Amino acid sequence: MAEMAIVADGLVKRFGDFTAVDDVSFSVARGEVVGYLGANGSGKTTTMRLLMGLLRPTAGSATVLGLDVACDAERIRPRVGYMSQKFALYEDLTVRENLAFYGGLYGLPLAELPGRVVTLAERVGLAGREDLLAGELSGGWRQRLALGIAMVHRPELLLLDEPTSGVDPAARRAFWNLIYEVAEEGATVLVSTHYMDEAEHCGRLGIMRSGRLLAWGAPAELKRQTVQGEIWELTADPLLTALAALQATPEVIEADLQGDRLRVQTKGGAGGEALLRTVLDAAGCTVTSLTPGEVTLEDVFLALAR
Amino acid sequence: MLNPRLLSVVRKEFIQIVRDPRTLALTFAMPIIQLFLLGFAATSDVRQVPLAVWDQDRSAASRSLVDAYRAADYFQVAYEADNEAQVRRLVDRGDARAGLVIPPDYGRRLLDGQTATVAFVIDGSDPTVAGTALAAATLIGQAKGAQLSLERLARRGAAVAGMARPPLEVRTRVWFNPDLVSAYYMVPALIGLILQFLTVILTATAIVRERERGTIEQLIVTPIRSWELVVGKLTPYVVIGFMDTVLILFAGMLIFGVPVNGSIPLLLVLSGLFLVTTLGLGLFISTIASTQQEAMITALFFNLPAIFLSGFFFPLAAMPTILQWLSYLIPLRWFLIIVRGIVLKGVGMEALWPQVAALAVFAVLIMGGAALRFHKRLD
Repeated sequence: MAEMAIVADGLVKRFGDFTAVDDVSFSVARGEVVGYLGANGSGKTTTMRLLMGLLRPTAGSATVLGLDVACDAERIRPRVGYMSQKFALYEDLTVRENLAFYGGLYGLPLAELPGRVVTLAERVGLAGREDLLAGELSGGWRQRLALGIAMVHRPELLLLDEPTSGVDPAARRAFWNLIYEVAEEGATVLVSTHYMDEAEHCGRLGIMRSGRLLAWGAPAELKRQTVQGEIWELTADPLLTALAALQATPEVIEADLQGDRLRVQTKGGAGGEALLRTVLDAAGCTVTSLTPGEVTLEDVFLALAR
Repeated sequence: MLNPRLLSVVRKEFIQIVRDPRTLALTFAMPIIQLFLLGFAATSDVRQVPLAVWDQDRSAASRSLVDAYRAADYFQVAYEADNEAQVRRLVDRGDARAGLVIPPDYGRRLLDGQTATVAFVIDGSDPTVAGTALAAATLIGQAKGAQLSLERLARRGAAVAGMARPPLEVRTRVWFNPDLVSAYYMVPALIGLILQFLTVILTATAIVRERERGTIEQLIVTPIRSWELVVGKLTPYVVIGFMDTVLILFAGMLIFGVPVNGSIPLLLVLSGLFLVTTLGLGLFISTIASTQQEAMITALFFNLPAIFLSGFFFPLAAMPTILQWLSYLIPLRWFLIIVRGIVLKGVGMEALWPQVAALAVFAVLIMGGAALRFHKRLD
């Protein structure tokens, strides 16, 4: 099992009557970048906290780097980097002081600290901002500092809990590049997110809903397994009449408006293009374009949710 | 070898204190302001109580009685009234706190060898002033009475040697604070008050702040040990506690002339022992409060009874027995005896060991209990 970074086996966490994590099992191999996708309150944070030994599981067990989270948390923590949902920065401390503080907590020798701080600041792209107070940084920079803090002790595994929430798209993309650079250096990364587009970046993916792990696999695999039928994109006139007609058709699983076009999912083997044209003609709509569409993770999510 | 984890926490905590003007103000301005307020204002020395006199007799004898009151430092003859209504009005308005009414036949009755009666009224709305004024008024009256009897005896020719002298004289001598200056009593105790107030609030909020801002989660996932986190977070407040102790002590000596008769090193060591109890209380509060506001209110909930039952404002001896028993549970009570003992009486461990032992027991119980409640987990 040494090659496994995380093995979760039937993890359950209840808070009173509320079940935050319900029988969750998965495993992450070393070197993987795994996404953990789900809406707010679906149990992602609780799972991460269970893996860090911050919470005790109600039932089930998990090992991280081969060590049991219930009894070996203190041995796991020095080898794992954790970035909590609220970036745990001291706003009244500078970038340098924040990094040095956590470096000290991980027991880096005092003589090594200043050098390590410089390296880290460069690594996460904060060079030149070392003397700004953390409270003065914008969202994207704060997120980078938080990542720097999580990596201060060169961990083998990084658990990042919604690192990109509340950050603009450019900063999100830059942050994902950073995650991949870190992974290439050999670290295993588990990232939770509620952004579908981010989940596409991951080698493998888990999808959480109401405490249950609905699916686990590579994005392409999940799309193939969960989404049946075909996806079509079309424009028609009048658009809203076309939408109503498609939604009333039994062979259509899902039809919705996306900007100036409609996105339609039909059952497999239902005749696809021909069917759609027939339905729209009957409704008195003129089809101006009709092309096959790509399956997205959103479709996967919706299919799983149904 | 220094522990880098512990050192990191201490360093970080100091940086945060120095960067937070509110904490700094609380730490250094509060003791000085309290020192001035308590040193000057909260004095229970009753001096120069304004007195309204209605002398209906206006004889040599009545003037001599008024002079006796005037001569005492306790009263100041502020008003000469002409009727009872005027005396009442002056006291009602608070212009005078006491009234002396001498009847028209005062001088005559004395000459006739009868008992003369004078009335003394006191505004009892402030019990402290009234109590002292009452005692002073009675004493002055009794002294005057004794003097008058002796004069009367002398006039009757009974001037046998010794008879013209009072048969009993009590010579009082006040030790440790001969002039009964309140500041001497209040200023040393202020050390205890400030340590209690400040360190409980500061430590409780400093730890709860980590929880409120979510940084506690990040701290817990580091390999830091619970004791390192606790000791590291408390250390700066120990330093502040000592700085405030020294600050109050020296300001008290320089501004109020408080004589420090005992050993300052002993006082500092025992202040340290007392600090363990207040820091422990702060730590305990931090384990039950989840926001800084909650921590503040909880700290107040513990601090106010502690201060009232400590004997700081009200003498313990005057409290109902049940409250006196309760006061034994208040570490500040023991520390006040220690600090007043060292500063005023100049006593050392030979006299203070029972109080020190009590404090030590509290230190172990409170700190131990708080440390047990403090874990590195979220649930």
